[in-house]
Amino acid sequence: MTTQAEHRMPAATSAAAAPADAHLLPSAEPIRFLDDDGGPAPGDAHGRYERPSTELLRRAYDAMVLGRRFDAQATALTKQGRLAVYPSSRGQEAGEIGAVLALRETDWLFPTYRDTMALIGRGIDPVEALTLLRGSWHCGYDPMATRTAPQCTPLATHAPHAVGVAYAARRRGEDTVALVIVGDGGTSEGDFHEALNFAAVFHAPVVFLVQNNGYAISVPLSRQTAAPSLAHKGVGYGVRSERVDGNDPLAMLAVLTEAVESARAGGGPVLVEAHTYRVEPHTNADDDSRYRDHDEVEAWKRRDPIARLEAHLRSRDELTDDDVAAAREAGEAFASRVRERLSEEATGDPADLFAHVYAEPTPQLREQAGWLAEELAR
Amino acid sequence: MTVTLGKALNAALRDAMREDDTVLMFGEDVGALGGVFRVTDGLAAEFGEDRCFDTPLAESGIVGMAVGMAMNGFRPVVEMQFDAFAYPAFEQIASHVAKMRNRTRGAVGLPMVIRVPYAGGIGGVEHHSDSSEAYYAHTPGLKVVTPATVADAYSLLREAIADPDPVVFMEAKKLYWAKDETTLPVTTERFGTAVVRRAGSDATLVAYGTAVPVALEAAASAESDGRSLEVVDLRTLVPFDDETVAASVRKTGRCVVVAEAAGFASVSAEIAARVQERCFHSLWAPVLRVTGWDVPYPPPVLEKYHLPGVDRVLDTVERLQWDDVPDPRFLAGSR
Ligand SMILES: Cc1ncc(C[n+]2csc(CCOP(=O)(O)OP(=O)(O)O)c2C)c(N)n1
Ligand SMILES: [Mg+2]
Repeated sequence: MTTQAEHRMPAATSAAAAPADAHLLPSAEPIRFLDDDGGPAPGDAHGRYERPSTELLRRAYDAMVLGRRFDAQATALTKQGRLAVYPSSRGQEAGEIGAVLALRETDWLFPTYRDTMALIGRGIDPVEALTLLRGSWHCGYDPMATRTAPQCTPLATHAPHAVGVAYAARRRGEDTVALVIVGDGGTSEGDFHEALNFAAVFHAPVVFLVQNNGYAISVPLSRQTAAPSLAHKGVGYGVRSERVDGNDPLAMLAVLTEAVESARAGGGPVLVEAHTYRVEPHTNADDDSRYRDHDEVEAWKRRDPIARLEAHLRSRDELTDDDVAAAREAGEAFASRVRERLSEEATGDPADLFAHVYAEPTPQLREQAGWLAEELAR
Repeated sequence: MTVTLGKALNAALRDAMREDDTVLMFGEDVGALGGVFRVTDGLAAEFGEDRCFDTPLAESGIVGMAVGMAMNGFRPVVEMQFDAFAYPAFEQIASHVAKMRNRTRGAVGLPMVIRVPYAGGIGGVEHHSDSSEAYYAHTPGLKVVTPATVADAYSLLREAIADPDPVVFMEAKKLYWAKDETTLPVTTERFGTAVVRRAGSDATLVAYGTAVPVALEAAASAESDGRSLEVVDLRTLVPFDDETVAASVRKTGRCVVVAEAAGFASVSAEIAARVQERCFHSLWAPVLRVTGWDVPYPPPVLEKYHLPGVDRVLDTVERLQWDDVPDPRFLAGSR
């Protein structure tokens, strides 16, 4: 306990001593292993991190190729009226797949509406994963069975839940970690800050992944923050923070794996900011020409995470033409199954309206369910 | 044994925590201090800082963390320090606490209790006396409970903690010091059951929270004037007990709803609507209401003009068209 006197009399500090927050601060430049073309990044840009194993990178490659094909299929399904809306994560594959590969099956993922690709990466059935965006129910998968929270739309409000789940696990002596994904816009919401603070105070094993894709719908990052980086937001709460080239799959896997394992080992929460870019409009319904230049999008497309990983693996003879073809074929097969399974119009049972509002329906809900049934029987 | 309502709540928390070690209590100043109203007094000492603990000052974070802990095996009870200071948590309550079971098709239930000291009459300065129950009662997926007796305080809180659904447990601050002869533990009527606190035959007073003692006092006073008033204490606003309320009004033929909250778009408005829907052919007069005015909660010196008191209740009972005379207050052109 700090006494009143200690509060008034700060301990003398030597000017030469390292600032006490040095271990919390992100690196000066985003962590990266690869340059924009997939060649080795110059110098020690990867900091203290080690290159992920080839085996892990190969899994990541396959999952990213499949994820991107799925994402394109989902966007196509909006045009055919099979999905109500789809927020694409094209270009953000390194974060989506990096997050799920860093987790164990027993760990929890707290995704947003943009992270359907991460659900696919976690092995959740695509029709269940698309239930929300198809409009047939709010959440189509079982969060308890999949250890994946419902996709969250009220920005950053799922972050405190991740803290609660992680803290609960820790209280029981389990080594479960929770990873929550938040957008750059979401970092301005109060719940993001409350969650960081609670995670730090309760030393909860949570990894906060900020997918900084440059925009919150139309609003650029410059309107979101005046901080040196979004990673710096962790420091004020005592949360160790890192910034990463979010389009470098090696860097994302290396940093996220380290963050998850550090949290698991009792190191407390970690904040990881991924510098990435939303190459598609906010959703299929958005017109991004109103707020950004085509050139900007094209420049980011040249830093494509899948192309960079492919170039890297090929340069080391760790990926062959056959491997690439196989990954693409798997993506095609997956997409065509999704297309087939969503070929029918979404339907819903009106009786479901009244199910699960409470564990047991109230007399009023029973009554109203009866009135609707009568109305439908006429 | 003479017990205060606040002590009964304290005993309910203690007994629940003794019986089930997944029950946790957290919030602002609930640890060493025992809460600003001392409802958590002694819990940190008995159960340790792991079971009853202080959090950072952030209501959304408190409720949000409780959601996560309820998802993962615990039964959190959280305290909002005052009614108006629960508003930062409203997004968590409306968007997650209330909806989680429904949006996950029953896969994720949230057995958690949000305790909210509410309502006025204690001379509190601004932001310390709001009647915020309508916000919660209007939100499907929440149960909303407000005890008016010492025995109910104990029993309903135990039931709230054991309930598989999230419960907003509204504690009328003014009643914390109310005393009664009670032996704890005690089990009273279940959630969703209103109770006739006083039988009568001429008119029904429907009340909850701080309005219950007011209604009872009014009924006692009316008796000397020859009016027999029945008093119904709702106890739980959600689920609502239509049956008990309607049975009483069908019997008496007249109804006044008494509640401290502002009347516009309120729980009292809902009750009046439900009573006239169900009892129209038994009614001898329109359903009337005695509520707080539609104003921000007033400063302490003006509280007495705002709160529904016995006189205002009795005046309203007199307007129940006893001689078939229309209520002059609501005649067209009366204003
Ligand atoms: C609390 C809240 N306010 C507003 C919105 C509407 N909204 C949906 S997405 C979005 C932009 C979010 O941007 P960001 O957090 O950067 O995530 P991104 O969509 O870029 O992945 C907004 C404003 C919302 N969902 N929740
Ligand atoms: Mg964004």
